[in-house]
Amino acid sequence: MGMTMTQKIIAAHGGVDSVKAGELIRVNLDFVLGNDVTSPVAINEFEKAGFDKIFSKEKIAFVMDHFTPAKDINSATLVKRSKEFAQKYGIVNFFDVGTVGIEHALLPEKGLVGPGEIIIGADSHTCTYGALGAFSTGVGSTDMAAGMYSGQAWFKVPSAIKFELTGKPNPFVSGKDVILSIIGMIGVEGARYKSMEFTGDGLKYLTMDDRLCMANMAIEAGGKNGIFEVDDVTLKYVEGRVNRPFKYYSPDPDAEYDEVYTIDLSQIEPTVAFPHLPENTKPVAEAGDVPIQQVVIGSCTNGRLEDMRAAAAVLKGRKVADGVRCIIIPATQDIYRQSMDEGLFSIFLDAGCAISTPTCGPCLGGHMGILADGERAVATTNRNFVGRMGHTGSEVYLASPAVAAASAVAGKIAEPKDIGITDLEYKRG
Amino acid sequence: MQARGTVFKYGDNVDTDVIIPARYLNITDMKELSAHCMEDIDKEFRGKVREGDIMVAGNNFGCGSSREHAPATIKASGISCVIANSFARIFYRNSINIGLAIIECPEAAAAISAGDTVSVDFIKGEIVDETTGQTFQAEPFPPFLQDIIDKGGLLKAIK
Repeated sequence: MGMTMTQKIIAAHGGVDSVKAGELIRVNLDFVLGNDVTSPVAINEFEKAGFDKIFSKEKIAFVMDHFTPAKDINSATLVKRSKEFAQKYGIVNFFDVGTVGIEHALLPEKGLVGPGEIIIGADSHTCTYGALGAFSTGVGSTDMAAGMYSGQAWFKVPSAIKFELTGKPNPFVSGKDVILSIIGMIGVEGARYKSMEFTGDGLKYLTMDDRLCMANMAIEAGGKNGIFEVDDVTLKYVEGRVNRPFKYYSPDPDAEYDEVYTIDLSQIEPTVAFPHLPENTKPVAEAGDVPIQQVVIGSCTNGRLEDMRAAAAVLKGRKVADGVRCIIIPATQDIYRQSMDEGLFSIFLDAGCAISTPTCGPCLGGHMGILADGERAVATTNRNFVGRMGHTGSEVYLASPAVAAASAVAGKIAEPKDIGITDLEYKRG
Repeated sequence: MQARGTVFKYGDNVDTDVIIPARYLNITDMKELSAHCMEDIDKEFRGKVREGDIMVAGNNFGCGSSREHAPATIKASGISCVIANSFARIFYRNSINIGLAIIECPEAAAAISAGDTVSVDFIKGEIVDETTGQTFQAEPFPPFLQDIIDKGGLLKAIK
């Protein structure tokens, strides 16, 4: 019986010829990461266990992105604790304010993660790197500590669901609309414990930013990982970034899948997920009249350059509605600079938006845009659980940057055509 | 290994944001942090929970964030065991790694009510609802995971 992409990567890293779903296996890791919330817990466990070495100085990253720039004394202490550990053990990839970006935008951009590799991160959205054809998954802090020490992790080999993508998406449709539609279709535990493998002719129309966004939200369907077949788009992206040999894998023709879905990208509409689960999706056209008080455009899901461009294409020459706060957070320093150089910041500022330094901040109700009781936000983030962005009586609606920007202008949930935009043109890829 | 306590019952898709809201994650002491465990969906939990009590829930318990603070604060609250129809995978993994007892048992998760007294025999995988007299049988863990549990968590197992 053949293997899926994920199974092939696991077999290669476990030193065996083949694996099958359900088997437990120990594998060698290519990279281990944590953030300012999870690394200190990992460090505590590491020290409590009496470990005194790390497996690699280059293959571990501490990314201080969640409550930074430190929102209070406790948060500053978390960063200090991580920094001191990084210094003690000579961890090269320590990122703090000034160099930091949101971890899952930063690591692919820096080429620290690549095709065919295995990455674990003490952050559930570590599944993002599957966009590059890696097996990449979120774990807890104890697994991170074990990974930092041993360079290994144990896994149950996952079975997979295959998503065969066909057709070309409409100009208003991005990776976010595709993944929200899929989560709406299969539910928040539709891929529980499984790989979501994305393949098909339609792949060529999805840019790397689309794919990173889609793989990012595999966890929102309960997935162990999301993974894209490597193609020219992938190879072009990693060229000049991943400066080490890598080997990537295609699924075997006779690989076994639990389910196979064919997704016609041309049929996907701008989509919004209503509170309080990412599976509560509907086309924006059917959202009805939902007034909002805040828009957030950013996060590990949608804080990349194309997301900034899509938002700017909608906001250009328009104003954020009275009574709405629109907060824009480019995910990394490079994206921040590029957005500024392309003149996007002038568009945002003219429209009445606030622009923030890279941070996860509002996505998880940390800081930089917390909601009061009864307030509603359209956010390009990934979760709309009760209390996720603030008060338990607030509401988060998940959408693409184009929909979020159009909603900011309309003062209620809206798509670009609702504010008179007939063709959304911005540079992709 | 045994557990016995009063049941706190929850529904489907209890996410780690409601188990322990991110706004408190700048606190690193799990005992101190556990003062906020479940507060966004059950404000009475903290006041009522007693050492040894048991949590019972529906599908996909612990979905969302990978924060280990979620199983750690449930454990630090005094909960001896979580029984659910199913667990989200990172939560499942974290629970094994830190030594929070968890059992997947759809029959028990469906039949047990809030406030029941339940006892669990982890060796036999037997769950008894003492209030109703019903008995349920859970699948044992695979030997690989049982070894981690027996050794007291992942870090002790790999050392």
